[in-house]
Amino acid sequence: MGFIEKFSGVFLIAGILMFFSAVIGLAAIPVWMLDRTQAWQDVAREVPEDFKDDFKTVDEYKAALFKGRDLYIAEACWHCHSQFVRPTANESLRYGPVSMPGESQNALNLPQLFGTRRVGPDLSRESGKKSNDWQYAHLYKPTNVVPQSVMPSYSWYFEIKDNVPVPKYEAKAIVAYLQWLGSTVKDRKESEYDFEQEQLPPRQ
Amino acid sequence: MNQSPQTTEAKTLVDYQIVTWHFLASILYIFVAILAGLSFSLQFLQKYPFPGVELLSPGRIRMVHTQAVAFGWLANGFFAVLYYVVPKLTGNRVLHTTLSRIVFFAYNGLVLGAVALILLGHAQGLEWAETPAVLDPFIAIGVVLLVINLMVPIIKTRASKMYVSLWYISAALIWTPIVYVLGNFLPQYFFAGTSGATISSMYIHDLVGLFVTPLGIASVYYLLPVVMKKPLYSHALSIIGFWGLAFFYPLNSAHHYLFSPIPMWTQYASIVASIGVHVVVYTVVFNLFATIASDWTQLATNHVVRWIFFGTLAYLITCVQCAVQVTLSAQSIIHFTDWVVGHSHFVLFGVFSFWVTAWMYYLLPRIWGVPIYSESLARWHFWMQTLAISIMQIDLLSAGLVQGMMWKSLSPFIDSVAASMPFWWVRTFTGIMILVGEVCFLINIYLTWQDSRVTKQNSLTPQPIGA
Repeated sequence: MGFIEKFSGVFLIAGILMFFSAVIGLAAIPVWMLDRTQAWQDVAREVPEDFKDDFKTVDEYKAALFKGRDLYIAEACWHCHSQFVRPTANESLRYGPVSMPGESQNALNLPQLFGTRRVGPDLSRESGKKSNDWQYAHLYKPTNVVPQSVMPSYSWYFEIKDNVPVPKYEAKAIVAYLQWLGSTVKDRKESEYDFEQEQLPPRQ
Repeated sequence: MNQSPQTTEAKTLVDYQIVTWHFLASILYIFVAILAGLSFSLQFLQKYPFPGVELLSPGRIRMVHTQAVAFGWLANGFFAVLYYVVPKLTGNRVLHTTLSRIVFFAYNGLVLGAVALILLGHAQGLEWAETPAVLDPFIAIGVVLLVINLMVPIIKTRASKMYVSLWYISAALIWTPIVYVLGNFLPQYFFAGTSGATISSMYIHDLVGLFVTPLGIASVYYLLPVVMKKPLYSHALSIIGFWGLAFFYPLNSAHHYLFSPIPMWTQYASIVASIGVHVVVYTVVFNLFATIASDWTQLATNHVVRWIFFGTLAYLITCVQCAVQVTLSAQSIIHFTDWVVGHSHFVLFGVFSFWVTAWMYYLLPRIWGVPIYSESLARWHFWMQTLAISIMQIDLLSAGLVQGMMWKSLSPFIDSVAASMPFWWVRTFTGIMILVGEVCFLINIYLTWQDSRVTKQNSLTPQPIGA
């Protein structure tokens, strides 16, 4: 006991250095590597075809993307939907190409929304998988579309006109954001696995 | 305790009022946390009690749950312990009692403000840092004030040897503000995507590893010998455990995002360091169990020892689990599943909440100068929580394996949701058990306080009984 106590001062300095070397080694250096090798991307250059009616200019569309992202955070969507595809557990078959560092290097990923839990499926390849109408109907009341779903209803982003729910600006922003997720990934191809048919993908 | 202060000093040494306040705030937040968690668990059964209410949207309630647990319940509990342990071990009072009060009101005001803003939809999008970004600078200032208040008595002490609790406390007080600032500001404003995730994962880990864990271990190293009236088994072993924590814990960071686009060498380093944590765990657990083993009979007779014992057992189990689940082959299946949820509940509830509860059972009756109102209610509380968290643990780990296997075998996603349903029912049931246990606790504490008021009226000079 006394022997260890004699070196308390040495240990104290070593302990403090260890913390900072961890910060440098496991945060600063990887961050420096990533930022140096990956170019900062544009969020969008034009309004996608499906959103031409909702957003007239690119700036309007971009503003909607950021609004959608903010609502995605406010409603904690990211606590139940992750945003990266892992190179394991057949995830590239289910969701699409494995996530690369560069693809999340843009203003919509500040802060990052990787997530750590999947109560619902991953959304990083969501763009174009479902139609906008499906997304609106699902957002309004998920169990109407998928009866066994445990996702909450977000009916407050819709207003009722003539007994029909019509998406407000917020709902349009969320769907614009969802349809944007993964749209910037190059060489993106749909998963080979057809979940409707429930058959295994063809062997290579 | 080789540094217990003179009994004449003891009366003015500890500010018992601030200790009580922090404990009571802590008890308030555990109810907020349990009710929020329970409501959110009902969403998984398609039975959410407030459907279509924007302010009580399940996602927002989930963030209230985690915030109330970490910053309301555990942090307040630990602050109370610090305000008691630091003066007791150093023989010096905290810097200023007014500062303690300012920090108490500012801190709890900020936590309540954070809950309100989260419900209004202003959460920050970072895990364990959902506190709205506008409040973060104020919280950082509050934490720094708290650190100054508590570090001054530690620095002033001229003792040649520090008890191990003080090592842990000083380290946690230095780490916490740095970790908080790094984790809340860098990924929010400066580093996007994968770079941000690298820093976030460090924060997620360090909040538990460098704030909750050292304060939890410090508190239990103090309480166990005092409550058992037996010396700690080995001081040398406890110091080795401390330096193990200081060396290995900061390196664990990236293990929260394994298989992510973070550079693979960073992930490998974290995995190796996470396995190194075993050094810390076995020394701490062996030391605590060996101390309890010097008089096993107290487990049957002393309910405070019982809380510490189960907390220590849970600590051993979670950490063995940690070293298994951190390997890439296990991550492939269990990541993103309920396994992780089960693990985090066992850590924060099974380990640290049990230790904080032990402190409340020990200290609150002593401050009020009466014995605990009912040993029987305390037993109900203990067994309810023990059974509930054990069942929840087994239930969620199993659910995690089922989900992970179904995903890997490419079942349609919604089938994994349907398959999880029975597990989620059990989880809600254990949540109700925890609520019942905590209500027993509240009644017991309230009646103990009532007793103390009666005693006060009978005698004119009530005095807190020091340890």
